[in-house]
Amino acid sequence: MSSGTTLGARGRPAPPGTATLGADQDPQVARIARSPEFQQLVSERTRFAWTLTILMLIVYFGFIGLIAFDKSLLAVKVGGTASLGLFVGVFVILFAFLLTGIYVARANTRFDALSDALKRSFGR
Amino acid sequence: MNRLLLGLTLAAVAASAAYAAGPDLGAVQQSATNWPAILMFLFFVLLTLGITYKAAKGTKSAADFYAAGGGISAGTNSLAIAGDYMSAASFLGISGLVYTSGFDGLIYSTGFLVGWPIVLFLIAERLRNLGKFTFADVASFRLDQTSIRIISAVGTLVVVAFYLIAQMVGAGKLIQLLFGLPYLYAVIIVGVLMIVYVAFGGMKATTWVQVIKACLLLGGATFMAGAVLYKYGFNPEMLFADSVRVHPKGDAIMAPGGLVSNPVEALSLGVGLMFGTAGLPHILMRFFTVSDAQAARKSVFYATGLIGYFYILTFIIGFGGIALLMSDPSYYKLGAAGTFDKLKDMIGGTNMVAVNLANAVGGPYFLGFISAVAFATILAVVAGLTLAGASAISHDLYAQVFARGRTTEKHEVNLSKISAVVIGLVAIYLGYVFENQNVAFMVGLAFAVAASCNFPVLAMSILWRGTTTWGALAGGLVGLISAVTMVVLSKAVWVTTFGHPAALFPYDNPALFSMPLAFATIWVVSLMDKSRRAQRERAAFEAQYVRSETGIGATGAHAH
Repeated sequence: MSSGTTLGARGRPAPPGTATLGADQDPQVARIARSPEFQQLVSERTRFAWTLTILMLIVYFGFIGLIAFDKSLLAVKVGGTASLGLFVGVFVILFAFLLTGIYVARANTRFDALSDALKRSFGR
Repeated sequence: MNRLLLGLTLAAVAASAAYAAGPDLGAVQQSATNWPAILMFLFFVLLTLGITYKAAKGTKSAADFYAAGGGISAGTNSLAIAGDYMSAASFLGISGLVYTSGFDGLIYSTGFLVGWPIVLFLIAERLRNLGKFTFADVASFRLDQTSIRIISAVGTLVVVAFYLIAQMVGAGKLIQLLFGLPYLYAVIIVGVLMIVYVAFGGMKATTWVQVIKACLLLGGATFMAGAVLYKYGFNPEMLFADSVRVHPKGDAIMAPGGLVSNPVEALSLGVGLMFGTAGLPHILMRFFTVSDAQAARKSVFYATGLIGYFYILTFIIGFGGIALLMSDPSYYKLGAAGTFDKLKDMIGGTNMVAVNLANAVGGPYFLGFISAVAFATILAVVAGLTLAGASAISHDLYAQVFARGRTTEKHEVNLSKISAVVIGLVAIYLGYVFENQNVAFMVGLAFAVAASCNFPVLAMSILWRGTTTWGALAGGLVGLISAVTMVVLSKAVWVTTFGHPAALFPYDNPALFSMPLAFATIWVVSLMDKSRRAQRERAAFEAQYVRSETGIGATGAHAH
């Protein structure tokens, strides 16, 4: 087992035991993991993904929190019959879609470019 | 006044039970045979069988069978993901819930949608980079194959079983109502067709059945919502005003009602819906059908848009039901004096709002179309579930645990086909046994188990270096057992099904407690694990990390 890439490289399940191969068995994996390109890609993407995740959690559980603790606020009328709650609910749906769009736009440009540069510099 | 409040509470409770139901229609009358619906459904069946035949000829390898050879495009995959998610329960259940409670229906719609960004940000790309056919491939990447595959397969099968029962019972009742066929016939038709799709066509057929159904469902729902808005000059304000005028609860339908009265219950429901999505095996397996992480990423983005759009449509359809059906007695069972209760006496029950509205806006042929689409929806969803269950049995349990990797690809695929047949037969049997049981809690339970067992094991093994086999195994088991136990002790099962006087667990949704319990167990047990294997597993994280973040080593996993 000379390379971490062999695992799952075919349609056949890998035999047990291969999953425990360590980084020491593939020096290139260790080199990639320590390269500044990899560190930059991972830290940028991790920070971005967790920021968006936390935003989603705040918006959704904020909505649920209002439903649980302040129903009267959501019942406030916004123009005629429609209530504020209705707009907030639809906003949560649109917000979720918007966040996925923001992530994909950033990933397609910035993260893919970083990732390609990394792959080029390691000749994979 | 008190009596009125009590009535409202009861209606809300009934509605909340209805959401998950795979339409929980209660005791239904078999209606007259509906020929337009049956013919349109037959057309759908012929079309999908043709696709299955074609797919079967192209399905040779294990990668073809489990993952459609990795050749599904992002756009197609997004429709399939959306199709898996837009079950008959969402379509009929949520529009029915909006009909009875107005705004409260939106709480479920948002909950079902907001899990998707989490799937995208934390799971989708890493899953594609690390895995082949099942999420157990990913969870066991650097951990012990045997233990992790067992816990993942058990989690998968439990989720699939509860989801399947709810869908089978829903299918039987629905078809009794829509097509005028006996319950048992309906359950057998669904079971046999899903066996054929999965056993012969594998993932290719399952995906295309799902895609066609998603297009039909989105098209039908768009037409219905459009027709409703057209009647109100595309001014939602007019629709809402009309709805408030005819609804027995009046203006209360525009505000949060009694559905989520308890803050803890609301949070627990939210946690279960949000993180359950990221642990549903039949959804996770769809990320292995695309060529790379970029395609996985795009398919979640498109799917989130499609699902969000669909939930907005169901909301409009629910209000359309209020505004257009409530003033027309022909949609209700009339009492002695020609009076009827708008919330209780709808023909077929309030889960039939969308179906009755189809008749109101499009006449009997459109009614037939929507009925056929509702049946096709159940069929496509059970096919996806069956494939997820069959993969867990053959790829995880058989190939890795029993045969210890010493099996041939052909043998494994054959076993998967046999598993699909067995799962189908078991599903028919369960559908038959549970005919008169209340299965409303089962989809909720499936989400709770997915959020408390599958999701923590998957997330911790990918994201945390310190996770060890013992930690993941213990955490997965604790999550699974605590979620199931809490549901069994809750009102839905302990009181309603077993007839005990009081519930031992006060909430209907366990995820708020069982999911953190699973995460904490993984964390604590992993920290305490000082074995040599644990050290090896932590050391192996780096290789997994590089591959999960960059895809280096993953490319070509499906190149055949």
